[in-house]
Amino acid sequence: MAAFVAVLGITTTANSQIDSRFDALSSTQVIVEQQTDDPFLDAADFPDDAEARITGLAGVRAAGLHWALGANTRVSAQPPPAGGRDAVGTISVMAVSPGFWSATGVSVKAGRTFDAALADDRVAVVGEGIADQLGMADVGGQPAVFIDDVPFTVIGVLRSADRVPDSLLSVSIPANVAARYWGRPDPPARMIIATDVGAARTVADQTPVALSAADPDHFKATTAVEARALRDSVSSDLGVLFLVLAIICLVIGAVGIANTTLVAVLERVSEIGLRRSLGALPRHIGAQFLMESTALGAIGGLVGTSVGTWCIVGVSLAKSWTATLTPWTVVAAPFIGAGLGLLAGLYPSLRASRIEPIEAFRR
Amino acid sequence: MSSSADDAVVQLTGVARTYEGFPPVEALKPCDLTIERGDFLTVVGPSGSGKSTLLNLIGLLDRPTSGSYVLDGVDVGPLDERQRTAIRGHRIGFVFQTFQLLPHRPALENVMMATLYRASARGDRLASAREALHGVGLAHRIGALPSRMSGGERQRVAIARALAGNPSLLLCDEPTGNLDSATAESVLDLFSQLNAHGITIVLITHDGEVAARGNRTVDIRDGRLTELSRRDGRAS
Repeated sequence: MAAFVAVLGITTTANSQIDSRFDALSSTQVIVEQQTDDPFLDAADFPDDAEARITGLAGVRAAGLHWALGANTRVSAQPPPAGGRDAVGTISVMAVSPGFWSATGVSVKAGRTFDAALADDRVAVVGEGIADQLGMADVGGQPAVFIDDVPFTVIGVLRSADRVPDSLLSVSIPANVAARYWGRPDPPARMIIATDVGAARTVADQTPVALSAADPDHFKATTAVEARALRDSVSSDLGVLFLVLAIICLVIGAVGIANTTLVAVLERVSEIGLRRSLGALPRHIGAQFLMESTALGAIGGLVGTSVGTWCIVGVSLAKSWTATLTPWTVVAAPFIGAGLGLLAGLYPSLRASRIEPIEAFRR
Repeated sequence: MSSSADDAVVQLTGVARTYEGFPPVEALKPCDLTIERGDFLTVVGPSGSGKSTLLNLIGLLDRPTSGSYVLDGVDVGPLDERQRTAIRGHRIGFVFQTFQLLPHRPALENVMMATLYRASARGDRLASAREALHGVGLAHRIGALPSRMSGGERQRVAIARALAGNPSLLLCDEPTGNLDSATAESVLDLFSQLNAHGITIVLITHDGEVAARGNRTVDIRDGRLTELSRRDGRAS
């Protein structure tokens, strides 16, 4: 019983853990990528007004482009030439369009992010960790950051981001400015779209057309729902596996009870004979042993439930998960135990009820 | 055997028991036996002589192959197992050589088991059990566990259990077989006392001295039953 509850509980805990990671954001997210694995298509960039086109679709809350600048970009808080070469590559630079911020659900620690009005200015938003690294405690003084010796004004520090957390570890600059100084995105840009709940699928279908009506194959939009469907099938397979494991544990438990009861019957042959000679009918004897094995099963179920629950709590503690247990597992366990005891006691009780009173006189 | 049938507790007529097999074993050859109310009948015989067969038949634990058995005026031959079980529980008190007490239950509960399978109120069962324990001189040991009792005390508890159901007949199988001679003596004294109070006793033994306690003795040898002696003149 303990094993039964523990296995079921740990499965639910793990599942809900995965679920909670998946659910909240994934059902409202669409990622658009340029199709690069088709050799017959020319790589096409996102159109300049990509953000506006997508935001116009029904169900879209926000959309934003982002790409990373090359790894050799130098970032420094000092003006050249003092901002030595040692800063090369240690801090990455991202180019993002203004819609990116609301699409990824960032929260700002200080200052602000850039919107369409600042999209063509040399401004930058940095992650909290990067701000510390660059020695910027405050953006009030409008500190500057130099990217390949081009100065940018830091206007905001990020605390967190729901999606694309890379922005927390980067210096982000407006996409238009990045394109002006560093040219075409390489690696290619991606678009992140935040949708209304349930709209992700439809938006994903419409996006390639909206971006390139002439040749929708240039873009590939994926929803997290697809990944989720895969995960669901994996997790249901896993669930079945664990359930089978739990059932095997139950069967072993039932065989144990049956064996214990059978041994008890054989040990108590003379007591049974005595009871029969005192006027007990076979059904009285059968009922007695059936009740004993049922009680045994119920007690086992109770003990097992508490042991199993503690196991789940223990495992969750060790893994720093949130312990999750379906209440029905806990409520049902003692009853399942009793039912199992009843089932396991059937044969031993039958044996007991067939013992003749004469047995009391032998030995 | 001159008394009227009304007074007979057990009346066996031409009762025989043959066990199937090759060859069939005639454990008990056709015999007649009448046990009257207030009798103290002892049955002697070497082992394998048919003593146990007789006990099983009288105790309704087995059915005779032929003949008729009237217990308390009821012909138990045609009754089904259910009815026989009910009669066994109500009319016959068993005393076993090995006591057959539940070791982890106090004396009182052991005695109350006698009336467990009847539709009587718990209060009545408690009262009858106390009375029975008092009757065997164990009123002070009511709460004691059998595992902490002497052999004599245990057998007294067992006798109290047999008496608690207020049976017509006390059926004892070697009740002193597991007791030393002094204790056996006191248990036998108890049987004599109970008999003097009008309780009918059938006691099976292989010990001639024990057998001499009864007012009647029958001997079984090779399945044949013979009445040895009849010592009337007991107080009754």
